Amino acid sequence: MCTVKEFLNYEIFCGALFFKKKGIFMEFIGTLINGLSLGGVYAMIALGYTMVYGIAKLLNFAHGDIIMVGGYLLFVFVGIVNNSIIALLITAVLCAIFGIVMEKLAYKPLRGASPLAVLITAIGVSYLLQSLAQIIFGTQTKFVTLFQNLGVINIGSLVIQVSTLITLFSCIVIMAGLTLFIKFSKTGRAMIAVSEDRGASELMGINVNSIITITFAIGSFLAAAASFFYLLKNPQINPTLGSMPGIKAFTAAVIGGVGSIPGAMAGGVLLGIIEMFTAKVSFLTPYTEAIEFGILILILLVRPSGLLGKKRREKV
Amino acid sequence: MALLEVHDLNVYYGVIQALKGINFKVNEGEIVALIGANGAGKTSTMQSIVGLIQSKTGNIIFDDKDITKMATHTIVSIGMSQVPEGRRIFQELTVYENLLMGAFLQKDKKKIKEALADVYELFPRLKERKNQIAGTLSGGEQQMLAISRALMNRPKLLMLDEPSMGLSPLLVQEVFGIIKKIHEAGTTILLVEQNAKMALKIADYAYVLETGRIVLEGKASELLKNDDIKKAYLGS
Repeated sequence: MCTVKEFLNYEIFCGALFFKKKGIFMEFIGTLINGLSLGGVYAMIALGYTMVYGIAKLLNFAHGDIIMVGGYLLFVFVGIVNNSIIALLITAVLCAIFGIVMEKLAYKPLRGASPLAVLITAIGVSYLLQSLAQIIFGTQTKFVTLFQNLGVINIGSLVIQVSTLITLFSCIVIMAGLTLFIKFSKTGRAMIAVSEDRGASELMGINVNSIITITFAIGSFLAAAASFFYLLKNPQINPTLGSMPGIKAFTAAVIGGVGSIPGAMAGGVLLGIIEMFTAKVSFLTPYTEAIEFGILILILLVRPSGLLGKKRREKV
Repeated sequence: MALLEVHDLNVYYGVIQALKGINFKVNEGEIVALIGANGAGKTSTMQSIVGLIQSKTGNIIFDDKDITKMATHTIVSIGMSQVPEGRRIFQELTVYENLLMGAFLQKDKKKIKEALADVYELFPRLKERKNQIAGTLSGGEQQMLAISRALMNRPKLLMLDEPSMGLSPLLVQEVFGIIKKIHEAGTTILLVEQNAKMALKIADYAYVLETGRIVLEGKASELLKNDDIKKAYLGS
């Protein structure tokens, strides 16, 4: 048994609560910004999972591998055009097309099949993509320099990397744009309608297949963007690049309530913040993933539909 | 002139055959009722006509076009709307957004406005509640919304699947009153009902469906007097 005083001496509480010392307070803010930035990237990936699940009712386990595809495309196009922004635009468009093709070839023929068949197919697509990447690019890690040393910003004792701020800002803009699109565009409303009731949506004259196509395109587009920001921090590309962020984002989507767009955003940000704070507290660092997946289990136990997931109300 | 003709329609759910070669038609300007007990195949008929069920054989002609193999959204685009069983409004959208979904295929904003004005006139309560989330409406209001949403498409043929389900007798009267009004405004109606009495009262012609087959048909006013119908469906 430890005394209260010993307990409070733990670093996490120094970091989170005892920020009377300015340095620690600044470190807290810095860590929070890093967490939000990483969380934004997770959220963007999680949005792809959650939107595809909500609308096509399938868990696209190959979604993480689109990040990897995006990574290699960035690698190739940065080499060709020598401009990261143009390479990103090309990659995002190609990934969107890639997502559409994947849906047409792998998932559309299975519409109406048992969910298990679709799930196994998704896992198969994931391995197929990883193997193809291995055949084309080899197992050696590739490096891509998106920007030559963006540098850091100093605000008092607060030191933040410019890439972190770019990521955070871009994630906010992209997610705000997506939210407005879903809420106010005709296609966005159709997406909500299809996710709620596919049959009734068809009765409105909505072509459900084209809504599913659009959803895959948007999800893959977001994964390409996430890939860019991921490589901004850690510019190494290999065939399993997408696995870990994919699993993290899937966890984020389930924590937030799979199918829920604000849920995916919240879940992603939550995981990002946890990851950055546990990285700061040395005795928690080895357990980052254990803590993240532990939270997933806890939330599934307490609220199986996720933080912001909807419980179906049926009125007859 | 027949607006909708169904020839020898068979519908399958796997190995189970839900409809066994049914034939019927709906003439322009009529209200036609399809009555029968639970499980007789009424909803299967409705869903297969509008293309929500594709495992079927036979011919369905709507407005001189063969729609048997058409996708639902194409059928809707040529003037058929359906109010599905259990209403199935979009619970998370507002009343107004639900109505907009009904006009999904209408590109002309002016026409959408006109259609909105028409349904608000028919259902003033929906206008009062246009910004309310549809899932919070009462059962009766949800049924009104489901009917309005279908009308937003300005259909030639409006199909209603069990509009009286789960409503109080007073509301059932109201809903049937509205169906009559819609009909008087010039829309042809195909009505599926378990509440045979109400359906036969407003219909011109009716078909009786039993375990996937049409067993009886005739003018609604005559079916109301038919002894077998009285015993089996009217409870008197």
